[in-house]
Amino acid sequence: MQAKSVGRKKHRLQQRKWIPIILMGLPGLLYLIINNYFPLYGLVIAFKNYNYSLGIGGSEWCGLKNFEYLFKTSDAWVITRNTLAYNIVFIILKIILSIAIAIFLNEVRTKTAKKFYQTVILLPYLMSMVVVSYLAYAFLGDRTGLINSVLGFFGQQPISFYMSKQYWPFILTFVYLWRQVGYGSILFLATLVGIDDTYYEAAELDGASKWKQIRYVTLPLLKSTTIMVATMSVGNIFRSDFGLFYQLTRNQGLLYSVTDTIDTYVFRALLQDGNIGLSSAAAFYQSIVCFITIVAFNMIIRKSSSEDALF
Amino acid sequence: MKRHKKFLALSHVFLIIGSILCIAPFWLLVAASLSNESYAVKHGYSFIPKEWSLSAYRFLLQKWQLFGRGYLVTIIVTVVGVLLCLVITMMLAYMLSRPKLPFANLFNFIIIFTMLFNGGIVSTYIMYSQVFHIKNTLWALIIPNLLTNVFFIIMVKNYFRSNIPEELVEAARIDGSSEFGIFLRVVMPLSKPIVATLALLVGVNYWNDWQNAMYYVDDQKLYSIQSILNAINESTQYLMQGGGGGASLPTETARMAAAVIGAIPILVAYPFFQEYFVRGITAGAVKG
Repeated sequence: MQAKSVGRKKHRLQQRKWIPIILMGLPGLLYLIINNYFPLYGLVIAFKNYNYSLGIGGSEWCGLKNFEYLFKTSDAWVITRNTLAYNIVFIILKIILSIAIAIFLNEVRTKTAKKFYQTVILLPYLMSMVVVSYLAYAFLGDRTGLINSVLGFFGQQPISFYMSKQYWPFILTFVYLWRQVGYGSILFLATLVGIDDTYYEAAELDGASKWKQIRYVTLPLLKSTTIMVATMSVGNIFRSDFGLFYQLTRNQGLLYSVTDTIDTYVFRALLQDGNIGLSSAAAFYQSIVCFITIVAFNMIIRKSSSEDALF
Repeated sequence: MKRHKKFLALSHVFLIIGSILCIAPFWLLVAASLSNESYAVKHGYSFIPKEWSLSAYRFLLQKWQLFGRGYLVTIIVTVVGVLLCLVITMMLAYMLSRPKLPFANLFNFIIIFTMLFNGGIVSTYIMYSQVFHIKNTLWALIIPNLLTNVFFIIMVKNYFRSNIPEELVEAARIDGSSEFGIFLRVVMPLSKPIVATLALLVGVNYWNDWQNAMYYVDDQKLYSIQSILNAINESTQYLMQGGGGGASLPTETARMAAAVIGAIPILVAYPFFQEYFVRGITAGAVKG
């Protein structure tokens, strides 16, 4: 009898200890609920004729009008194509280059050299996109840019980069990789450092060349990290790096057909044209396709190698 | 283990090329800012300016109030933002790291779901500007970025799980310590490395932010250093407001000098923190 009541008391005490612990987590949870969940209600704006003075609840419903407007023009197609195409190229090249750099870095055993390389290749990642746009401008500017001054030296005509769209797919890809590969290579390097040397010693005994060791030992061991990096990126394949496409192109209208993505489009419709209906429709469209891709991609991964799935 | 000399040499060659690619733009930016304006406009920038000039910096020196204010805003936002983020993240992660936490599945779902689906910028913008009225306040630069990356929460949670011995927590509890006291006096002192890493990652985020100002701030008094650079980008006239500098203003080189001023703190401070960054990136890579 006594033992039972002591047990119950202990149980109650055990339960009571959770109250302060959960209170500690509460500010963070509340923030997420406000910052990430309240706006979900705002998704209905896409189906409304939004009026600032009436608010979300008071504005009239307008069915799919906003979407009709979005998909009637070629805009929806152009921004979807740009967002997807750039991201696909970005993901593939980023993974390949990051792995290559990580393998090279792992080869260097001199401590100072390794630290130097690591420090330098991570530097671009830490610069804000605004600063990066200035760096690019120093190369691409009309009169002052380095590239045009070199062209001028060889008697060539200068190129107005900010007015010629044919160059931008390359410029954007180059700058994206310039910023991201350092970061990516450090992710892969973390995995490489953990690989036991005995694998390579065994391969060595079997007479495997360096190339064969990379192909048959290193790369298979990087599979998990590669899948993780790919999952993150593929899940966001309908989201673009707003800073890259907005800052680097200096928001030049002439370039939109090759530089406009869903995010820059939503931004412009919202803040520059003040077209809430159009921008909320585009944002809604983005949220939905993003959700579908991340769930679908996760399902595929779970089927092929379940331990690498995100959830 | 046999060293592959050829492959090692090849590695160095590629890494040196990569390093040059990473540094060269910064070099060019600094060289450009030190060039003579009229020479640069005629012949373009080069890695070693043919005609040196400090006029761009002299011009910006007259604008010291603008840049001083920008730095002040950046520093306030970064410090307050980092502190708030640390407090919220550490406490939430501590709660999640407790074994046998009730409603653990619900809490985890709340966090994971934010990665899968979100309301998008339009409704976030309307919420913050129409409901919470944070437009044109310093909060607009702090609040929307507080927990941008829920991976940080998972990273800290994993750190607690593997680095805080449960016996220590239990012993403190038996000694009559309150739960919050345990967190403050037992857990936090053991968490210095993760606090440093998190503070750096979040700090760089705040330091580099210019987007929130674009959405929520029109008042130029609240422009951070990045927002000032953004404003100069959008309008070359921005720097010229308020006059000063005489007839021939170094417009082009002054922009480059402004970018140098914006970039320099990170360029200088980063090498000292490099290890924490690498540790942070690697720790964040472990999924929870």
